[in-house]
Amino acid sequence: MAASPSRPLPSLTAELKPFFDGAREGRLVLQKCASCSKFRFPPQELCDHCGAWESTFAPVSGRGEILSFIVVHQVYHPAFAALVPYVVARIRLREGVVLTSNVIGIAPAQVRCGMPVEVTFAQLDGDTILPVFRPAPAA
Amino acid sequence: MSLRGKTAIVGLGMTAMGRNFNHSAPLGFAAEAIQRALADAGLSRDDLDGLLYSPGVVAADQINGAFSLQQMMGIKNLRLTAMMVAGGASAGAMVMHAAQAIAAGMASTVACVFADAPLSPPSAGGGRSSDNFGRAQGINATYGMFGAASGYAMVARAHMHRFGTTHEQLGTVALAQRAWANLNPDAQMHDRTLTMAEYHSSRWISEPLHLYDCCLVSNGGICVIVTSAERARDLRKPPVYVLGMGQGHPGGDPVQTLSCGAPIAKRTAFAMAGVELKDFDVVQLYDCFTITVIVTLEDYGFCAKGEGGPFVTGGRLGPEGTLPLNTGGGELSAYYMWGMTPLSEGVIQVRGEGGKRQVPKHNLCLVSGNGGILSTHSTLVLGASV
Repeated sequence: MAASPSRPLPSLTAELKPFFDGAREGRLVLQKCASCSKFRFPPQELCDHCGAWESTFAPVSGRGEILSFIVVHQVYHPAFAALVPYVVARIRLREGVVLTSNVIGIAPAQVRCGMPVEVTFAQLDGDTILPVFRPAPAA
Repeated sequence: MSLRGKTAIVGLGMTAMGRNFNHSAPLGFAAEAIQRALADAGLSRDDLDGLLYSPGVVAADQINGAFSLQQMMGIKNLRLTAMMVAGGASAGAMVMHAAQAIAAGMASTVACVFADAPLSPPSAGGGRSSDNFGRAQGINATYGMFGAASGYAMVARAHMHRFGTTHEQLGTVALAQRAWANLNPDAQMHDRTLTMAEYHSSRWISEPLHLYDCCLVSNGGICVIVTSAERARDLRKPPVYVLGMGQGHPGGDPVQTLSCGAPIAKRTAFAMAGVELKDFDVVQLYDCFTITVIVTLEDYGFCAKGEGGPFVTGGRLGPEGTLPLNTGGGELSAYYMWGMTPLSEGVIQVRGEGGKRQVPKHNLCLVSGNGGILSTHSTLVLGASV
Protein backbone atom coordinates (compact mmCIF):
# COMPACT_ATOMS: atom_id res chain seq x y z
CA MET A 1 0.00 0.00 0.00
CA ALA A 2 1.48 3.30 -1.07
CA ALA A 3 2.03 5.84 1.68
CA SER A 4 0.16 9.11 1.16
CA PRO A 5 2.42 11.93 0.04
CA SER A 6 4.07 13.98 2.77
CA ARG A 7 3.11 17.51 3.60
CA PRO A 8 5.34 20.01 1.85
CA LEU A 9 8.01 21.28 4.23
CA PRO A 10 9.77 24.62 3.92
CA SER A 11 13.52 24.77 3.35
CA LEU A 12 15.24 24.39 6.69
CA THR A 13 16.93 27.75 6.97
CA ALA A 14 18.94 28.77 10.01
CA GLU A 15 15.95 30.84 11.11
CA LEU A 16 13.54 27.93 10.86
CA LYS A 17 15.62 25.14 12.37
CA PRO A 18 15.01 26.07 16.05
CA PHE A 19 11.24 25.89 15.42
CA PHE A 20 11.46 22.26 14.30
CA ASP A 21 14.18 21.34 16.82
CA GLY A 22 12.04 22.76 19.62
CA ALA A 23 9.00 20.86 18.36
CA ARG A 24 10.95 17.62 18.64
CA GLU A 25 11.43 18.47 22.32
CA GLY A 26 7.79 19.37 22.82
CA ARG A 27 8.36 23.13 22.91
CA LEU A 28 7.09 25.98 20.76
CA VAL A 29 10.24 27.95 19.99
CA LEU A 30 9.93 31.20 18.05
CA GLN A 31 12.36 33.74 16.66
CA LYS A 32 12.73 36.85 18.80
CA CYS A 33 14.29 40.15 17.79
CA ALA A 34 17.48 40.76 19.79
CA SER A 35 16.89 44.48 19.65
CA CYS A 36 13.18 45.15 20.27
CA SER A 37 12.25 41.70 21.64
CA LYS A 38 9.29 41.20 19.30
CA PHE A 39 8.56 37.60 18.40
CA ARG A 40 8.00 36.86 14.72
CA PHE A 41 6.70 33.96 12.67
CA PRO A 42 7.39 32.72 10.08
CA PRO A 43 11.03 33.43 10.81
CA GLN A 44 12.92 35.76 8.57
CA GLU A 45 16.30 37.45 8.53
CA LEU A 46 15.37 40.87 9.77
CA CYS A 47 12.83 42.27 12.19
CA ASP A 48 9.92 43.82 10.33
CA HIS A 49 9.23 45.99 13.37
CA CYS A 50 12.60 47.65 14.05
CA GLY A 51 14.79 46.46 11.17
CA ALA A 52 17.44 44.75 13.28
CA TRP A 53 19.21 41.70 11.83
CA GLU A 54 20.14 40.05 15.13
CA SER A 55 17.74 37.57 16.66
CA THR A 56 17.52 34.88 19.27
CA PHE A 57 15.12 32.00 19.74
CA ALA A 58 12.99 31.52 22.80
CA PRO A 59 10.21 29.21 23.93
CA VAL A 60 6.75 30.75 24.21
CA SER A 61 3.81 29.74 26.34
CA GLY A 62 1.95 28.07 23.49
CA ARG A 63 -1.27 29.67 24.72
CA GLY A 64 -3.35 31.97 22.58
CA GLU A 65 -6.69 32.62 20.96
CA ILE A 66 -8.11 32.17 17.48
CA LEU A 67 -8.26 35.47 15.55
CA SER A 68 -9.83 33.86 12.52
CA PHE A 69 -10.04 30.46 10.91
CA ILE A 70 -11.09 28.68 7.74
CA VAL A 71 -12.18 25.15 6.97
CA VAL A 72 -10.48 23.90 3.82
CA HIS A 73 -12.58 21.60 1.64
CA GLN A 74 -10.54 21.71 -1.57
CA VAL A 75 -7.71 19.23 -1.92
CA TYR A 76 -4.90 21.57 -2.98
CA HIS A 77 -2.14 19.06 -2.34
CA PRO A 78 -2.34 15.26 -2.19
CA ALA A 79 -0.93 15.20 1.35
CA PHE A 80 -4.16 16.78 2.55
CA ALA A 81 -6.55 14.50 0.66
CA ALA A 82 -7.18 12.39 3.75
CA LEU A 83 -7.42 15.44 6.02
CA VAL A 84 -10.11 17.57 4.31
CA PRO A 85 -12.04 19.23 5.70
CA TYR A 86 -9.39 20.64 8.01
CA VAL A 87 -8.99 23.86 10.00
CA VAL A 88 -6.36 26.51 9.39
CA ALA A 89 -6.36 29.31 11.93
CA ARG A 90 -4.67 32.63 12.57
CA ILE A 91 -3.79 32.48 16.25
CA ARG A 92 -2.64 35.35 18.46
CA LEU A 93 -0.34 34.02 21.14
CA ARG A 94 -0.19 35.57 24.62
CA GLU A 95 3.18 37.04 23.63
CA GLY A 96 1.44 39.08 20.90
CA VAL A 97 2.75 37.32 17.83
CA VAL A 98 0.18 36.02 15.33
CA LEU A 99 0.86 32.80 13.49
CA THR A 100 -0.87 30.40 11.11
CA SER A 101 -1.42 26.84 12.20
CA ASN A 102 -3.87 23.94 12.20
CA VAL A 103 -6.42 23.36 14.95
CA ILE A 104 -7.02 19.73 15.80
CA GLY A 105 -8.92 17.78 18.40
CA ILE A 106 -12.23 19.48 17.66
CA ALA A 107 -14.83 19.15 14.92
CA PRO A 108 -14.43 22.00 12.42
CA ALA A 109 -18.05 23.05 12.98
CA GLN A 110 -17.29 23.68 16.66
CA VAL A 111 -14.40 26.06 16.13
CA ARG A 112 -15.04 29.72 17.01
CA CYS A 113 -13.21 33.00 16.72
CA GLY A 114 -11.89 33.98 20.13
CA MET A 115 -11.59 30.35 21.24
CA PRO A 116 -8.61 29.78 23.56
CA VAL A 117 -6.10 27.29 22.21
CA GLU A 118 -2.84 25.72 23.29
CA VAL A 119 0.01 24.22 21.33
CA THR A 120 0.37 20.50 20.84
CA PHE A 121 2.57 18.50 18.55
CA ALA A 122 1.69 16.34 15.56
CA GLN A 123 3.87 13.64 14.08
CA LEU A 124 4.19 14.00 10.35
CA ASP A 125 5.76 11.50 7.97
CA GLY A 126 9.37 10.72 8.58
CA ASP A 127 10.51 12.18 11.86
CA THR A 128 9.05 15.65 11.48
CA ILE A 129 7.16 16.96 14.47
CA LEU A 130 4.91 19.92 13.73
CA PRO A 131 3.45 22.33 16.28
CA VAL A 132 -0.32 22.60 15.92
CA PHE A 133 -3.06 23.79 18.28
CA ARG A 134 -5.99 22.32 20.17
CA PRO A 135 -8.75 23.86 22.28
CA ALA A 136 -7.59 24.94 25.72
CA PRO A 137 -9.36 25.76 28.94
CA ALA A 138 -10.13 29.49 29.08
CA ALA A 139 -7.30 31.77 30.32
CA MET B 1 1.34 70.32 -12.81
CA SER B 2 -1.85 68.28 -12.77
CA LEU B 3 -2.19 65.08 -14.72
CA ARG B 4 -5.96 65.37 -14.67
CA GLY B 5 -7.35 64.65 -18.13
CA LYS B 6 -3.96 64.77 -19.86
CA THR B 7 -4.42 61.26 -21.25
CA ALA B 8 -7.23 59.02 -22.40
CA ILE B 9 -7.98 55.40 -23.16
CA VAL B 10 -8.69 55.21 -26.88
CA GLY B 11 -8.69 51.50 -27.63
CA LEU B 12 -10.05 48.41 -25.92
CA GLY B 13 -9.37 44.90 -27.19
CA MET B 14 -10.72 41.74 -25.63
CA THR B 15 -10.42 38.12 -26.69
CA ALA B 16 -13.20 35.61 -26.02
CA MET B 17 -13.06 34.65 -22.35
CA GLY B 18 -13.06 31.43 -20.39
CA ARG B 19 -12.52 28.08 -22.02
CA ASN B 20 -10.78 29.65 -24.99
CA PHE B 21 -8.12 27.40 -26.47
CA ASN B 22 -7.31 29.50 -29.52
CA HIS B 23 -3.83 30.02 -28.13
CA SER B 24 -1.67 27.60 -26.16
CA ALA B 25 0.06 30.26 -24.05
CA PRO B 26 -0.64 33.72 -22.62
CA LEU B 27 1.43 35.64 -25.19
CA GLY B 28 -0.93 34.54 -27.95
CA PHE B 29 -3.89 35.98 -26.06
CA ALA B 30 -1.87 39.14 -25.38
CA ALA B 31 -1.02 39.61 -29.03
CA GLU B 32 -4.61 39.09 -30.10
CA ALA B 33 -5.84 41.56 -27.49
CA ILE B 34 -3.34 44.19 -28.68
CA GLN B 35 -4.40 43.76 -32.30
CA ARG B 36 -8.07 44.09 -31.33
CA ALA B 37 -7.34 47.21 -29.27
CA LEU B 38 -5.43 48.82 -32.13
CA ALA B 39 -8.29 48.10 -34.53
CA ASP B 40 -10.76 49.49 -31.99
CA ALA B 41 -8.73 52.70 -31.79
CA GLY B 42 -8.15 52.94 -35.52
CA LEU B 43 -4.39 52.70 -34.92
CA SER B 44 -1.73 50.40 -36.26
CA ARG B 45 1.10 48.48 -34.62
CA ASP B 46 3.55 51.15 -35.82
CA ASP B 47 1.72 53.78 -33.77
CA LEU B 48 2.75 52.11 -30.53
CA ASP B 49 5.81 53.39 -28.71
CA GLY B 50 4.97 51.89 -25.32
CA LEU B 51 4.23 48.32 -24.26
CA LEU B 52 3.33 47.37 -20.71
CA TYR B 53 2.52 43.76 -19.84
CA SER B 54 0.91 42.26 -16.75
CA PRO B 55 1.15 38.45 -16.71
CA GLY B 56 -1.28 36.12 -14.94
CA VAL B 57 -0.57 32.91 -13.12
CA VAL B 58 1.05 31.07 -16.03
CA ALA B 59 4.78 31.65 -15.78
CA ALA B 60 5.99 34.61 -17.79
CA ASP B 61 9.43 35.28 -19.20
CA GLN B 62 10.50 37.15 -16.08
CA ILE B 63 13.97 38.15 -17.21
CA ASN B 64 12.90 39.85 -20.40
CA GLY B 65 9.67 41.39 -19.18
CA ALA B 66 7.50 42.49 -22.06
CA PHE B 67 10.28 42.02 -24.61
CA SER B 68 9.11 38.56 -25.72
CA LEU B 69 5.74 40.07 -26.52
CA GLN B 70 7.34 42.98 -28.37
CA GLN B 71 9.35 40.59 -30.52
CA MET B 72 6.42 38.27 -31.14
CA MET B 73 4.43 41.20 -32.50
CA GLY B 74 7.30 42.70 -34.44
CA ILE B 75 7.00 46.03 -32.66
CA LYS B 76 9.99 48.30 -33.22
CA ASN B 77 11.43 51.35 -31.52
CA LEU B 78 9.57 51.35 -28.24
CA ARG B 79 10.28 54.20 -25.82
CA LEU B 80 8.58 52.62 -22.81
CA THR B 81 8.32 49.04 -21.61
CA ALA B 82 7.86 47.11 -18.41
CA MET B 83 6.37 43.93 -17.02
CA MET B 84 4.24 45.08 -14.12
CA VAL B 85 3.44 42.76 -11.26
CA ALA B 86 1.11 44.05 -8.57
CA GLY B 87 -1.58 41.40 -8.72
CA GLY B 88 -4.95 42.76 -9.70
CA ALA B 89 -3.70 46.32 -9.16
CA SER B 90 -1.41 45.89 -12.18
CA ALA B 91 -4.00 47.03 -14.73
CA GLY B 92 -4.48 50.36 -12.97
CA ALA B 93 -0.75 50.62 -12.37
CA MET B 94 -0.05 50.10 -16.09
CA VAL B 95 -2.49 52.84 -17.09
CA MET B 96 -0.92 55.17 -14.51
CA HIS B 97 2.60 54.43 -15.69
CA ALA B 98 1.54 55.01 -19.30
CA ALA B 99 -0.27 58.23 -18.42
CA GLN B 100 2.67 59.65 -16.51
CA ALA B 101 5.10 58.81 -19.32
CA ILE B 102 2.82 60.34 -21.95
CA ALA B 103 2.27 63.49 -19.89
CA ALA B 104 6.04 63.77 -19.44
CA GLY B 105 6.65 63.46 -23.14
CA MET B 106 8.44 60.14 -22.81
CA ALA B 107 5.96 58.15 -24.87
CA SER B 108 2.94 58.89 -27.01
CA THR B 109 0.84 55.75 -27.44
CA VAL B 110 1.07 52.90 -24.96
CA ALA B 111 -0.51 49.44 -25.03
CA CYS B 112 -1.31 48.05 -21.59
CA VAL B 113 -2.09 44.35 -21.76
CA PHE B 114 -3.01 41.48 -19.43
CA ALA B 115 -3.29 37.87 -20.55
CA ASP B 116 -3.48 34.45 -18.93
CA ALA B 117 -4.04 30.85 -19.91
CA PRO B 118 -4.56 28.77 -16.77
CA LEU B 119 -6.97 26.32 -18.44
CA SER B 120 -5.67 23.45 -20.57
CA PRO B 121 -7.80 22.01 -23.36
CA PRO B 122 -9.33 18.55 -22.82
CA SER B 123 -6.84 17.10 -25.28
CA ALA B 124 -3.99 18.20 -23.00
CA GLY B 125 -5.56 16.85 -19.83
CA GLY B 126 -8.11 19.58 -19.26
CA GLY B 127 -6.45 20.73 -16.07
CA ARG B 128 -5.93 24.07 -14.46
CA SER B 129 -2.45 25.29 -13.65
CA SER B 130 -1.63 25.47 -9.99
CA ASP B 131 -1.48 29.11 -9.11
CA ASN B 132 -3.63 31.45 -7.08
CA PHE B 133 -5.87 28.45 -6.65
CA GLY B 134 -3.19 26.31 -5.15
CA ARG B 135 -0.07 28.33 -4.49
CA ALA B 136 1.37 28.58 -1.02
CA GLN B 137 4.73 29.71 0.23
CA GLY B 138 6.89 27.97 2.77
CA ILE B 139 5.31 27.14 6.09
CA ASN B 140 1.79 28.04 4.86
CA ALA B 141 1.89 25.00 2.59
CA THR B 142 2.91 22.82 5.54
CA TYR B 143 -0.24 23.89 7.35
CA GLY B 144 -2.43 23.50 4.26
CA MET B 145 -3.03 27.23 3.77
CA PHE B 146 -3.21 27.25 -0.02
CA GLY B 147 -4.41 29.81 -2.49
CA ALA B 148 -6.13 33.14 -2.60
CA ALA B 149 -9.48 31.64 -1.57
CA SER B 150 -8.00 30.60 1.76
CA GLY B 151 -6.53 34.04 2.33
CA TYR B 152 -9.81 35.84 1.61
CA ALA B 153 -11.79 33.23 3.56
CA MET B 154 -9.68 34.12 6.59
CA VAL B 155 -10.59 37.80 6.09
CA ALA B 156 -14.26 36.94 5.52
CA ARG B 157 -14.51 34.93 8.74
CA ALA B 158 -12.97 37.76 10.75
CA HIS B 159 -15.33 40.27 9.08
CA MET B 160 -18.34 38.07 9.90
CA HIS B 161 -17.16 37.68 13.50
CA ARG B 162 -16.36 41.33 14.15
CA PHE B 163 -19.19 42.98 12.21
CA GLY B 164 -21.88 40.30 11.87
CA THR B 165 -21.62 40.11 8.08
CA THR B 166 -23.73 37.20 6.85
CA HIS B 167 -23.71 34.68 4.03
CA GLU B 168 -26.97 36.21 2.85
CA GLN B 169 -25.11 39.51 2.36
CA LEU B 170 -22.16 37.88 0.56
CA GLY B 171 -24.66 36.00 -1.60
CA THR B 172 -26.41 39.27 -2.45
CA VAL B 173 -23.21 40.49 -4.07
CA ALA B 174 -22.90 37.25 -6.07
CA LEU B 175 -26.52 37.39 -7.23
CA ALA B 176 -26.40 41.07 -8.22
CA GLN B 177 -23.32 40.54 -10.36
CA ARG B 178 -24.80 37.43 -11.94
CA ALA B 179 -27.83 39.52 -12.92
CA TRP B 180 -25.56 42.06 -14.64
CA ALA B 181 -23.70 39.21 -16.36
CA ASN B 182 -27.00 37.90 -17.68
CA LEU B 183 -27.19 41.19 -19.65
CA ASN B 184 -23.60 40.94 -20.94
CA PRO B 185 -23.14 38.75 -24.04
CA ASP B 186 -19.38 38.59 -23.37
CA ALA B 187 -19.83 37.27 -19.83
CA GLN B 188 -18.94 33.63 -19.15
CA MET B 189 -22.08 33.34 -17.02
CA HIS B 190 -24.35 35.16 -19.51
CA ASP B 191 -26.63 32.17 -19.93
CA ARG B 192 -26.63 30.95 -16.31
CA THR B 193 -28.79 32.44 -13.60
CA LEU B 194 -28.09 32.16 -9.88
CA THR B 195 -30.54 31.98 -7.00
CA MET B 196 -29.87 32.51 -3.32
CA ALA B 197 -30.70 28.85 -2.66
CA GLU B 198 -28.12 27.81 -5.24
CA TYR B 199 -25.59 30.17 -3.68
CA HIS B 200 -26.09 28.78 -0.17
CA SER B 201 -25.94 25.17 -1.31
CA SER B 202 -22.90 25.58 -3.56
CA ARG B 203 -19.91 23.63 -2.36
CA TRP B 204 -17.45 25.03 0.16
CA ILE B 205 -14.07 26.06 -1.15
CA SER B 206 -12.57 27.32 2.12
CA GLU B 207 -15.29 28.08 4.65
CA PRO B 208 -16.78 30.59 4.92
CA LEU B 209 -16.45 30.98 1.13
CA HIS B 210 -18.73 28.98 -1.15
CA LEU B 211 -18.03 28.32 -4.83
CA TYR B 212 -20.13 31.35 -5.82
CA ASP B 213 -18.18 33.61 -3.49
CA CYS B 214 -15.17 33.02 -5.73
CA CYS B 215 -14.28 34.47 -9.11
CA LEU B 216 -14.22 32.57 -12.39
CA VAL B 217 -11.21 31.02 -14.12
CA SER B 218 -10.49 32.40 -17.59
CA ASN B 219 -8.15 32.10 -20.52
CA GLY B 220 -7.99 35.34 -22.45
CA GLY B 221 -6.41 38.72 -22.87
CA ILE B 222 -7.39 42.39 -22.61
CA CYS B 223 -5.52 45.43 -23.87
CA VAL B 224 -6.18 49.14 -23.47
CA ILE B 225 -4.37 51.78 -25.52
CA VAL B 226 -3.50 55.03 -23.73
CA THR B 227 -2.52 58.23 -25.54
CA SER B 228 -2.64 61.99 -25.03
CA ALA B 229 -5.98 63.71 -24.69
CA GLU B 230 -5.17 65.78 -27.79
CA ARG B 231 -4.54 62.71 -29.92
CA ALA B 232 -7.53 60.93 -28.42
CA ARG B 233 -9.94 63.45 -29.84
CA ASP B 234 -8.89 62.49 -33.42
CA LEU B 235 -9.42 58.76 -33.05
CA ARG B 236 -12.30 56.36 -33.66
CA LYS B 237 -13.95 56.03 -30.28
CA PRO B 238 -15.16 58.50 -27.66
CA PRO B 239 -12.13 59.13 -25.44
CA VAL B 240 -12.21 57.76 -21.92
CA TYR B 241 -10.21 60.40 -20.07
CA VAL B 242 -7.99 59.49 -17.16
CA LEU B 243 -8.97 62.16 -14.65
CA GLY B 244 -7.46 60.70 -11.48
CA MET B 245 -4.99 57.99 -10.49
CA GLY B 246 -3.66 56.64 -7.23
CA GLN B 247 -2.31 53.57 -5.47
CA GLY B 248 -2.44 52.29 -1.90
CA HIS B 249 -0.55 49.35 -0.38
CA PRO B 250 -1.05 49.37 3.39
CA GLY B 251 1.09 46.43 4.54
CA GLY B 252 0.35 44.74 7.85
CA ASP B 253 -2.23 42.01 8.42
CA PRO B 254 -5.52 42.28 6.52
CA VAL B 255 -7.09 39.68 8.83
CA GLN B 256 -6.71 42.23 11.61
CA THR B 257 -7.29 45.46 9.68
CA LEU B 258 -10.12 44.09 7.50
CA SER B 259 -9.15 46.88 5.10
CA CYS B 260 -7.58 47.27 1.66
CA GLY B 261 -5.51 50.12 0.20
CA ALA B 262 -8.49 52.12 -1.09
CA PRO B 263 -8.32 54.81 1.62
CA ILE B 264 -4.75 55.65 0.57
CA ALA B 265 -5.32 55.33 -3.19
CA LYS B 266 -8.55 57.30 -3.32
CA ARG B 267 -7.03 60.28 -1.58
CA THR B 268 -4.54 60.73 -4.42
CA ALA B 269 -6.96 59.84 -7.23
CA PHE B 270 -9.95 61.87 -6.07
CA ALA B 271 -7.78 64.94 -5.36
CA MET B 272 -6.27 64.73 -8.84
CA ALA B 273 -9.67 64.38 -10.45
CA GLY B 274 -11.33 66.93 -8.19
CA VAL B 275 -14.19 64.58 -7.36
CA GLU B 276 -16.02 63.14 -4.39
CA LEU B 277 -17.55 59.71 -4.00
CA LYS B 278 -21.06 61.01 -4.69
CA ASP B 279 -20.00 62.29 -8.13
CA PHE B 280 -19.60 58.83 -9.63
CA ASP B 281 -22.23 57.55 -12.05
CA VAL B 282 -20.91 54.03 -12.29
CA VAL B 283 -18.52 51.96 -10.17
CA GLN B 284 -16.29 49.00 -11.05
CA LEU B 285 -14.70 47.40 -8.00
CA TYR B 286 -12.25 44.50 -8.15
CA ASP B 287 -14.17 41.40 -7.13
CA CYS B 288 -11.96 38.34 -6.80
CA PHE B 289 -14.32 37.30 -3.99
CA THR B 290 -17.64 38.63 -2.67
CA ILE B 291 -15.92 39.75 0.57
CA THR B 292 -13.50 41.87 -1.49
CA VAL B 293 -16.43 43.93 -2.78
CA ILE B 294 -17.83 44.47 0.70
CA VAL B 295 -14.49 45.53 2.17
CA THR B 296 -13.76 47.80 -0.79
CA LEU B 297 -17.16 49.54 -0.59
CA GLU B 298 -16.39 50.29 3.06
CA ASP B 299 -12.88 51.54 2.32
CA TYR B 300 -14.00 53.93 -0.42
CA GLY B 301 -16.50 55.38 2.04
CA PHE B 302 -19.75 54.19 0.48
CA CYS B 303 -20.55 53.14 4.04
CA ALA B 304 -18.74 52.90 7.37
CA LYS B 305 -16.23 50.13 8.14
CA GLY B 306 -18.19 47.04 9.04
CA GLU B 307 -21.41 48.25 7.40
CA GLY B 308 -20.66 46.71 3.99
CA GLY B 309 -22.94 43.73 4.61
CA PRO B 310 -26.12 45.73 5.29
CA PHE B 311 -25.11 48.26 2.59
CA VAL B 312 -25.31 45.72 -0.24
CA THR B 313 -28.79 44.53 0.70
CA GLY B 314 -32.19 46.13 0.20
CA GLY B 315 -32.03 46.15 -3.58
CA ARG B 316 -29.16 48.58 -3.81
CA LEU B 317 -27.13 46.38 -6.18
CA GLY B 318 -28.01 44.73 -9.49
CA PRO B 319 -29.55 46.08 -12.69
CA GLU B 320 -32.69 47.19 -10.81
CA GLY B 321 -30.72 48.85 -8.03
CA THR B 322 -29.58 52.35 -7.18
CA LEU B 323 -25.79 51.73 -7.30
CA PRO B 324 -24.52 50.58 -10.72
CA LEU B 325 -21.70 48.35 -9.49
CA ASN B 326 -19.74 45.83 -11.58
CA THR B 327 -22.17 46.28 -14.41
CA GLY B 328 -20.68 43.59 -16.65
CA GLY B 329 -20.82 40.88 -14.02
CA GLY B 330 -17.27 41.34 -12.79
CA GLU B 331 -14.74 38.65 -12.08
CA LEU B 332 -17.42 36.72 -10.27
CA SER B 333 -19.67 36.28 -13.30
CA ALA B 334 -18.15 37.83 -16.46
CA TYR B 335 -14.46 36.98 -16.79
CA TYR B 336 -11.35 36.79 -14.58
CA MET B 337 -8.82 39.02 -16.25
CA TRP B 338 -7.62 40.44 -12.93
CA GLY B 339 -7.63 44.27 -12.94
CA MET B 340 -8.59 44.39 -16.60
CA THR B 341 -12.05 43.10 -15.71
CA PRO B 342 -13.26 46.21 -13.87
CA LEU B 343 -11.19 48.48 -16.16
CA SER B 344 -12.65 47.07 -19.38
CA GLU B 345 -16.21 47.43 -18.13
CA GLY B 346 -15.44 50.97 -16.99
CA VAL B 347 -14.24 51.89 -20.48
CA ILE B 348 -17.30 50.28 -22.07
CA GLN B 349 -19.71 52.13 -19.77
CA VAL B 350 -18.05 55.55 -20.11
CA ARG B 351 -18.11 55.19 -23.91
CA GLY B 352 -21.79 54.25 -23.82
CA GLU B 353 -21.13 50.85 -25.40
CA GLY B 354 -22.82 48.77 -22.70
CA GLY B 355 -25.81 47.71 -24.80
CA LYS B 356 -28.54 46.14 -22.68
CA ARG B 357 -26.56 46.82 -19.52
CA GLN B 358 -25.64 50.44 -20.31
CA VAL B 359 -26.05 52.74 -17.33
CA PRO B 360 -27.99 55.82 -18.57
CA LYS B 361 -25.72 58.39 -16.88
CA HIS B 362 -22.11 57.44 -17.50
CA ASN B 363 -19.90 60.50 -17.33
CA LEU B 364 -17.77 59.51 -14.36
CA CYS B 365 -16.58 56.02 -13.44
CA LEU B 366 -14.58 54.67 -10.48
CA VAL B 367 -12.33 51.68 -11.22
CA SER B 368 -10.43 49.78 -8.55
CA GLY B 369 -7.72 47.15 -8.76
CA ASN B 370 -6.64 44.85 -5.92
CA GLY B 371 -3.89 42.27 -5.53
CA GLY B 372 -2.66 39.70 -3.03
CA ILE B 373 -4.88 39.48 0.05
CA LEU B 374 -6.06 43.11 0.11
CA SER B 375 -2.34 43.83 -0.36
CA THR B 376 -2.15 46.16 -3.35
CA HIS B 377 -4.68 48.68 -4.62
CA SER B 378 -5.12 50.99 -7.59
CA THR B 379 -7.74 53.66 -8.19
CA LEU B 380 -8.62 55.18 -11.56
CA VAL B 381 -11.14 57.93 -12.13
CA LEU B 382 -12.36 57.75 -15.74
CA GLY B 383 -14.53 60.35 -17.43
CA ALA B 384 -16.35 61.01 -20.69
CA SER B 385 -15.24 64.64 -20.64
CA VAL B 386 -12.41 66.70 -19.15
